[in-house]
Amino acid sequence: MHPILGTIVQRLFLGLVTLFFVSLIIFSSVEFLPGDFTQAILGQAATEETVAAFRAELGLDKPAYIRYFDWIGAVAQGDLGYSFSGRSASGVDRSRSVVDLVVPRLSNTLFLAGMAAIVSVPLALILGITAALYRNSFYDRSVNALTLTTISFPEFFLAYLLILFFASLWPVFPSLANVNAETELFDRIYKCVLPALTLTLVIVAHMMRMTRAALINLLASPYIEMSQLKGLSKAKVIMRHALPNAWAPIATVIAFNLAYLVVGVVVVEVVFVYPGIGQLMVDAVTTRDIPVVQACALIFATTYILLNLTADIIGIVTNPRLLHPR
Amino acid sequence: MKKSQQAYSATSEVGQIRERRTWVQIAKIELKKAPYSAWFGLIVIAIYLFVAIFAPLLAPHGEAEIFPASFAPWGEEFILGTDQIGRDVFSRLIYGARNTIGIALATTLISFAIGGSLGLVAAISGGWLDQLLSRFVDVLMAIPGLIFALMLLTIFGSSILSLIMIIAVLDSTRVFRLTRSVSVSVVVMDYVEAAKLRGEKLGWIMRREILPNIMPPLIAEFGLRFSFVFLTIAALSFLGLGIQPPTADWGSMVRDNASMIQFAKYDLTVALTPMIPAGAIALLTVAVNFVVDWFLHITSGLNDEH
Repeated sequence: MHPILGTIVQRLFLGLVTLFFVSLIIFSSVEFLPGDFTQAILGQAATEETVAAFRAELGLDKPAYIRYFDWIGAVAQGDLGYSFSGRSASGVDRSRSVVDLVVPRLSNTLFLAGMAAIVSVPLALILGITAALYRNSFYDRSVNALTLTTISFPEFFLAYLLILFFASLWPVFPSLANVNAETELFDRIYKCVLPALTLTLVIVAHMMRMTRAALINLLASPYIEMSQLKGLSKAKVIMRHALPNAWAPIATVIAFNLAYLVVGVVVVEVVFVYPGIGQLMVDAVTTRDIPVVQACALIFATTYILLNLTADIIGIVTNPRLLHPR
Repeated sequence: MKKSQQAYSATSEVGQIRERRTWVQIAKIELKKAPYSAWFGLIVIAIYLFVAIFAPLLAPHGEAEIFPASFAPWGEEFILGTDQIGRDVFSRLIYGARNTIGIALATTLISFAIGGSLGLVAAISGGWLDQLLSRFVDVLMAIPGLIFALMLLTIFGSSILSLIMIIAVLDSTRVFRLTRSVSVSVVVMDYVEAAKLRGEKLGWIMRREILPNIMPPLIAEFGLRFSFVFLTIAALSFLGLGIQPPTADWGSMVRDNASMIQFAKYDLTVALTPMIPAGAIALLTVAVNFVVDWFLHITSGLNDEH
């Protein structure tokens, strides 16, 4: 077997193990709830039958490990359970299934994150590579100083700055991104400009700095000096000799920042009142709606793990030293 | 004879007892060489600390004192106006420095106590304990921090104590990794082996043999962790899940007054009211980052220039 294949299979297996433990942690969060939370949800007036029925629905009469396998089995089949909200003391159950709540919101979030990613990844790569090429020039220093400041800003500060300038003082973009299923594509893009721009500003800075650092690190190595000494042009040195070895760290950085996008999206969605999964999770946390929180946490964590896994694998596949084993 | 005594002698120079500079002297020398960005950062941090410590003396009104005029404009009595239920924004900004910085500092200290000690124990003892702790931390770090914090806040409710503990525990994973990785190379040194052989206990080896040698990266990390924790708490408060009212806090102040931004065209000062606490958060993180950059530059001797 090719040595790369072995490494990749090993990484995939490790990823699965991590995913298992993460799901275990997310599941066991219910175990830490105080014992009377069924009453807290159904209200003081709940009859004993209602409470008992609710407990049976949650499976609280079964041991924890059986419930875990029931839960993970249902999740694997696309059933995330029912929300805690909409239940009443009389036993009338108007709760909605978590899948119905999550799916439209998830597609909204993916749209926003995708929009930010399409702009920011190429932009960050170009900025990072040019900054490394013209190291210590005025251009490099100014890009560096600018990105260091945007990194240190909290997302909501950037978001409100953008709103202040582009929605309030010079109203060109809407400050509320209230899209729904019927919103047309162009209208949707127009409404998402400010939230996507906020996310872009946050992650471009990070990606650009890491790309630059990875390249500068490489440019100091002897084989690059060799290629410079034999008279290759600057662009050729970077494209032909430095980049192939830099893909691994750059891919890691990109995946890490896309994963960060998943988290940063929470705050940005709240600022722009964007109906995405981040806002859903925040609302669910305020009302302590455990099934929804669990579902959101599971989705966020899975995305995060998968992105990091992809970065690992890209790092392995593009590594010239691993591709041509001795 | 006399001449030969005054002549230069290599043995006497080597034999001379060299005085060690105290850390105050070293600090003075380094401060003289410090770049403007570091000076800026240090001065900003000093001002923030001064405001945080002397908050009750500086604030013109009480932290949660409610006045009849809500949404009052900027003026003589209320320097930055009042908020939606008539509390003085300027006073809350000052008290907010105390609460926000205090809570972030306490959280960072706890996370260093947990992560640092566990990291040292893992590095010294090695074997299955090291493996167990490291794999556990790997799993915890696989879940994005803010999401994990949100989940735990659902379970434990948002009080200041649970906020501090949750973020401290989650953040300690990163401290653990750093402490472990820097101390692994120190643990194999001969002087640690010597200390083990002469029968010193684990606590002594941690405190006296390893800790002094891994201090610089840990201090730099403290600055970075502090600004990260500070931003996380601000974000949680902004989401309404962190520090709860009536305690003044910058994150929730932004949230409460955010709607005023839309009036920027009519009165810029009104729109600036929610921007000031957000800017205060941003300024402190920038300042801390500048100082950490400078500190790393001194202690590692590394720079970007090569």
